[in-house]
Amino acid sequence: MDKPKKATFARAAARALADTQLRDNLRFATQSLRQKRLAVFDDPEATEALREIGSRIKARGLTRLPRLLEQLEARCQKNGIMVHWAETTEEANRIVLSIMEAHGARKVVKGKSMVSEEMHFNAFMKDHGKEALETDLGEFIIQLNNEPPSHIIVPAIHKNRKQIGKIFADKIPGTDYTEDTDILLATARRILREHYRTADIGLSGVNFAVAETGTLCLVENEGNGRMCTTVPPVHVALMGLEKVVETLDEVPPLYRLLCGSATGQRITTYFNMIKGPRQKGEKDGPKEVHLVILDNGRSRMLADPQLRQVLQCIRCGTCLNHCPVYTRIGGHAYNSTYPGPIGEILMPQLEGLDTKGELVFASSLCNACSEVCPVKIPIPELIRRMRNESYLKRGKGVIPGHGFKRNAVERVVWKGWRYSQTIPMLNWAMLKTLAIAGRILPNVGPLKAWTRVRTKPVFAKESLKQLTRQEGIRHE
Amino acid sequence: MSRPSARTQILSRLYKNAGAIAPYTPEAAHWSPPALSPAKRINRFVELMEAVRSEVYRVKGNAWVDALRKLLQTRELATLAYGKKTWCGDLLEKSWAAKPHPTNLIPWTQDIEEFRDELFGISAGITTTMGGIAEAAAMILWPTPEEPRLLSLVPPVHIALVKASEIYTSFPEALKKLDWAKKAPTNSLLISGPSKTADIELILQFGVHGPTDLIVFLIE
Repeated sequence: MDKPKKATFARAAARALADTQLRDNLRFATQSLRQKRLAVFDDPEATEALREIGSRIKARGLTRLPRLLEQLEARCQKNGIMVHWAETTEEANRIVLSIMEAHGARKVVKGKSMVSEEMHFNAFMKDHGKEALETDLGEFIIQLNNEPPSHIIVPAIHKNRKQIGKIFADKIPGTDYTEDTDILLATARRILREHYRTADIGLSGVNFAVAETGTLCLVENEGNGRMCTTVPPVHVALMGLEKVVETLDEVPPLYRLLCGSATGQRITTYFNMIKGPRQKGEKDGPKEVHLVILDNGRSRMLADPQLRQVLQCIRCGTCLNHCPVYTRIGGHAYNSTYPGPIGEILMPQLEGLDTKGELVFASSLCNACSEVCPVKIPIPELIRRMRNESYLKRGKGVIPGHGFKRNAVERVVWKGWRYSQTIPMLNWAMLKTLAIAGRILPNVGPLKAWTRVRTKPVFAKESLKQLTRQEGIRHE
Repeated sequence: MSRPSARTQILSRLYKNAGAIAPYTPEAAHWSPPALSPAKRINRFVELMEAVRSEVYRVKGNAWVDALRKLLQTRELATLAYGKKTWCGDLLEKSWAAKPHPTNLIPWTQDIEEFRDELFGISAGITTTMGGIAEAAAMILWPTPEEPRLLSLVPPVHIALVKASEIYTSFPEALKKLDWAKKAPTNSLLISGPSKTADIELILQFGVHGPTDLIVFLIE
């Protein structure tokens, strides 16, 4: 992959900040999502207890991940599900393509899947002459407009109904512009139901895969997931390998945490548990079910006790809604499959710090994300760890591409700072110099950028050290 | 298809990395919302189902058949798909045979490959359920060969029969009481309302892909 030019994020963020329409849309949407979440998690004590349960289930699952995956594979195979393993996204794409080719399939209808975004599935299928159709309403809208999603849960969060009405009028032949959401919905319904009826393959993600029973659980409101997994003759489910849980009993608390955090619901319209293809005597359901288990760097992340916590994530997107950065710029500025706080700790691990490292600086470390995270991932701690790794000497870090920010100037400055704090003579000299020269520091370089929105610091004539020596400390 | 070596390599990395380095992680406590009395369960189920625009009618015994006849007539639903050889199907057939009704009863007897085009044109589908859960209201559906999966999804109106005696407090309780892990069929579901979306400006809208209306007869 091409390395982005420097400060891509800073520029994209600045552009997003200047877009008043985008800011309005985001402010409204993220604020409502936060309020709805609070309405479900209204009892702080019960919420904390539930988060502790969720966190432990996922953390414990990670300690026994390979065993759970083997058990899941065995159970799925016993249930008649075909299990595939993919080390890379390319490999996962090829597996789906080969399943399609084995069935002479041309059209695949897709339920919402973040792993498929990670795989750049739609582009891959297009390159290979296949039609991949998003069916989640939000995904459908942005696919019409050729955009990536800007939110994990609400992909078209950045658009208002006027913009959506315009997209429909421009991209769907025979459609007039309307702001009436009922008409927009009816149009989408008409088009999509026809696609379900005629698609060759249905694709979905997986929210929880239960090792004990070989059950794939899908969480949704629209019913498009059920359509995609039930109507076409073949169903392919994609999962990141961290999605496995041990028992069915572990599912209800995670499901509650997911619904409450993602959309502020106690329960979604549909909770779809798939245990296999159509059995003899059954009249519907896919004749084949495939499960693709994707690694894409996850097994490597597991090696570090701190960094592995990113694998606890259940993709609820609530950290996005609570992030003071995300709520102002939206998902596109991150230029990443996963935006917001979770993206900041996941993308650099997936694609390398040298490629996505600037994301870990897109945070004020305010801690809001970790306070709401349903599985208690200490996101700011991981961000700090990644910032450290950005400066580590090559070979000293564990994240690919670490040390990308290491440079001679900063090294010299820090070394100088160290001497100024350890050698009294130098310390004296530094304070003197600053007291005199600090006032006339020229407004260039980093200082210029810093002072554009802040007041330039003024150095006192006498240092704190001198003052305490002269006047002592008043204990009040 | 996938390389056998992909599996080996992923698993060997996982075995190397999974257990040894992690601090001890205690087992999670079991999550079970406090149990409710039967009357409270039913009330909460009705209240929460209605809150997401499901229509719930409380009926005694077999009174739902007549209520259904009336409802089909006032809504002018042309066709109703159902499953043969179920207690619901038997009662419907008996009632329709005894007295004609403008709504056509259509039994689902063929495989989806033959029935698909017809199913997408049918106005309503009726199914039985395995009961419901009250704490976050939803119905439990275990589709069967008689009542296939799509009967509750494709027709724009879904009519469901829930026995009040089968309403459990919570999802964890239902998992246990129904022995879900062992007995669930190839596809099992929780359904809490009509198909809905909030993808346009977070405005809640119903009937995006599946049923626009969910009608529940709560049988007491």
